[in-house]
Amino acid sequence: MRSRRRLYFILFVMGCIFTAAGISLYSLRQAVSYFYMPHEVKDFEAQHSAVTAPGHVFRIGGLVEKGTLTKPDKNLTLQFTVTDTVAEQRVQYTGILPDLFREGQGVVATGSLDDKGLFIATQLLAKHDEKYMPPEVAKGLKKLHADMKGAAP
Amino acid sequence: MIIELGHFALILALVIAGVQSVVPMLGAARGNEAWMRLGRQSAVSMAGLISIAFFALIHAYALSDFSVLNVYQNSHTLKPAMYKIAGVWSNHEGSMLLWIWMLAFWGAAVARWRKNLPLAFQARVISVQGMIAFGFILFILLTSNPFLRIDPPAAEGLDMNPILQDPLLAIHPPFLYAGYVGFSVSFCFAIAALIEKKVDAEWAAYLRPWVLAAWVALTVGITLGASWAYYELGWGGFWFWDPVENASLMPWLAGTALLHSVSVLEKRATLKSWTIFLAIFAFSLSLLGTFLVRSGVLTSVHAFAVDPARGIFILVLLGGVTGGALLLYALRAPYITMGGSFKPVSRETALLLNNVFLFTFAATVFMGTLYPVFLSALDAGSVSVGAPYYSAALTPLLIPFALLMGVGPGLSWKEAQLMPALKKLAAPMAATLVLVCVISLLPLPGRPFTSVMFFIAGWVLFATVNEFLRKTGYLRSWRHLPRSFYGMTLAHTGFALLLIGAVTTTSWVTEKTLWMSPRDHVDIGGHQVMFLGTEPGIGDNYDYDRGNFSIPGASQLDDFIFLKPEKRWYPAPERMTSETALHLFGLDMLYIVLGDQDEKNPSRWVVRLYYHPFVGLLLVGAALIALGGLTAMSARRREEVAK
Repeated sequence: MRSRRRLYFILFVMGCIFTAAGISLYSLRQAVSYFYMPHEVKDFEAQHSAVTAPGHVFRIGGLVEKGTLTKPDKNLTLQFTVTDTVAEQRVQYTGILPDLFREGQGVVATGSLDDKGLFIATQLLAKHDEKYMPPEVAKGLKKLHADMKGAAP
Repeated sequence: MIIELGHFALILALVIAGVQSVVPMLGAARGNEAWMRLGRQSAVSMAGLISIAFFALIHAYALSDFSVLNVYQNSHTLKPAMYKIAGVWSNHEGSMLLWIWMLAFWGAAVARWRKNLPLAFQARVISVQGMIAFGFILFILLTSNPFLRIDPPAAEGLDMNPILQDPLLAIHPPFLYAGYVGFSVSFCFAIAALIEKKVDAEWAAYLRPWVLAAWVALTVGITLGASWAYYELGWGGFWFWDPVENASLMPWLAGTALLHSVSVLEKRATLKSWTIFLAIFAFSLSLLGTFLVRSGVLTSVHAFAVDPARGIFILVLLGGVTGGALLLYALRAPYITMGGSFKPVSRETALLLNNVFLFTFAATVFMGTLYPVFLSALDAGSVSVGAPYYSAALTPLLIPFALLMGVGPGLSWKEAQLMPALKKLAAPMAATLVLVCVISLLPLPGRPFTSVMFFIAGWVLFATVNEFLRKTGYLRSWRHLPRSFYGMTLAHTGFALLLIGAVTTTSWVTEKTLWMSPRDHVDIGGHQVMFLGTEPGIGDNYDYDRGNFSIPGASQLDDFIFLKPEKRWYPAPERMTSETALHLFGLDMLYIVLGDQDEKNPSRWVVRLYYHPFVGLLLVGAALIALGGLTAMSARRREEVAK
């Protein structure tokens, strides 16, 4: 009797945990946003990939190109260019720039492309280590340069 | 000289930890009382030695001794004295020393605790504590030594991140670490019990205050961290599901499950294996948190410099501690006797289900936190898991969890009658439904999410108050109830208020971002805010522009409230920070951040304002939860048994 009840209980607990895991995985698919460098975005655009479909949320990162930041208009909308030294992507943002945001330094923007290929950012992150470089941007740049070196000769 | 003394003290502490991990354990196995007693002395002297090491480092920071590498890298003469000292634990090496200092203190506290704890058992607990200390002191000495010198000494330090220059951040890590490391006591109790093959109500009674103490410290630590994020980051939020925040939430969830199962074990001598497992699990999650934060595998505001050797060392420690404990658990679990039986409808079942839910919450957070780490390790892309995941995955589980939270405390132990229990709950259910109807009919944003959340929060609140009123005979008799019951009432009420605060703050927030020139005004949350302009000035180690905003007070005539957010410029390192200005209107918060300045017209600024209704409930709720823990901790065993 006792062991049977225990079995039911264990089955119930396993059921709970698997349901939760299922919900979690499903929400992970919905809520995860991938990170790309501008040259990857250009590749996706050339392939007409779903990534660059208007409204698909992802993150783009790189350096804010010097001299490309426009002044905010009266709605506080501004634009700047993110570069990974290979390709560029124009980004539009409405709101207050993060304290650590500066031209020539790293940034990660979350948002999606519009139908004209402009990246509409809903959130900007300029978290840094002491070298003013978001780790993802640093990693991406490093990989890119390693690839270029490999391709050169 | 003093720094060498500190270094030497730490090395001596390592030796003592080595002795402590072996001798008392052998003494307990052989029944040698002198060897067992050695554990007590060594635990206390280890705490003394690590204190010497810790204060030696504080001394070097206070005097800005830049011949010490760690001080040179993380301090600056221009820093105010308080932040020089707090700077000790705002870097990797120093914070690991704080970690080990806390561990030694918990160990000494167990050694000094003479509440009839059997000597052999205490010796084993202290011995396991010694093993953990040994591993982590070795980690500090080999990979993260804060006592290294540089030659020649530097003239000036490299400073730390200015956003960390904040009073709350100075006290937040000590609380957080006290909580993290506090779960080592439960862990050591579990290991000692497995070695002795004896898990009973008495064991749980000894353990319970330690679980509560660690849990209260962790609660306070998380609350301080969330408050800091709220006003310092300037994003108007208090919880961002940042991996480092999650790293502290996971042990908290496991600890919450543990303190509930320990009280079942204490009262009814059942759920033995499960409690042991949770004790191991809670501390493993604390170690995992340490690994995640310290190894730099995560992208986060808190991530420190990456050094793979450190990450691997902590991973090995984590694997050794958790793996060893689980192996012992697997070997010894068959020897743990079955506990008292209970029916499907009983307080035990309710608490067990509560544990299942808390465990699932912890697992869900675990998955969201580690998923990007796994993907990145497999080189399958860089992803981030944000708030949508957590609200989608956790909210459905929160509903049955909260329903149970209302029902459970009203059930009796062993076997309960469902119908009478549900009948008791008719009044709180009616009150909850009225509340939900009112909330849903008012023209407020965020439905249906807010309605659902108000339903569960209201239900927990009303059911808890209802049970309290019934047990106290509608406030006629107080004395006969155990303190743990008051503790539970406080903590559950706190949880309900916390939920309400979280929902109102996120769903009913008003945000306005606009250009403002002097004499411009804006209406927010029923208050008229006028911008008076900014004035420049010089702070301790920064320059600032300080905005001035006036808001008419309650009397509307001559009484004004002034809010002064700042834009700060730190020359070392070159960095800009924003200081938000806050004002509480009752429980509602008005929150102003100064943004960018117009270059053509310097008196014109971007201003962001938030109005957060009932945000004060978050703090009240967290305080009640911590207070509930303290109240339950003060409960005497006799009192419990007398009931």
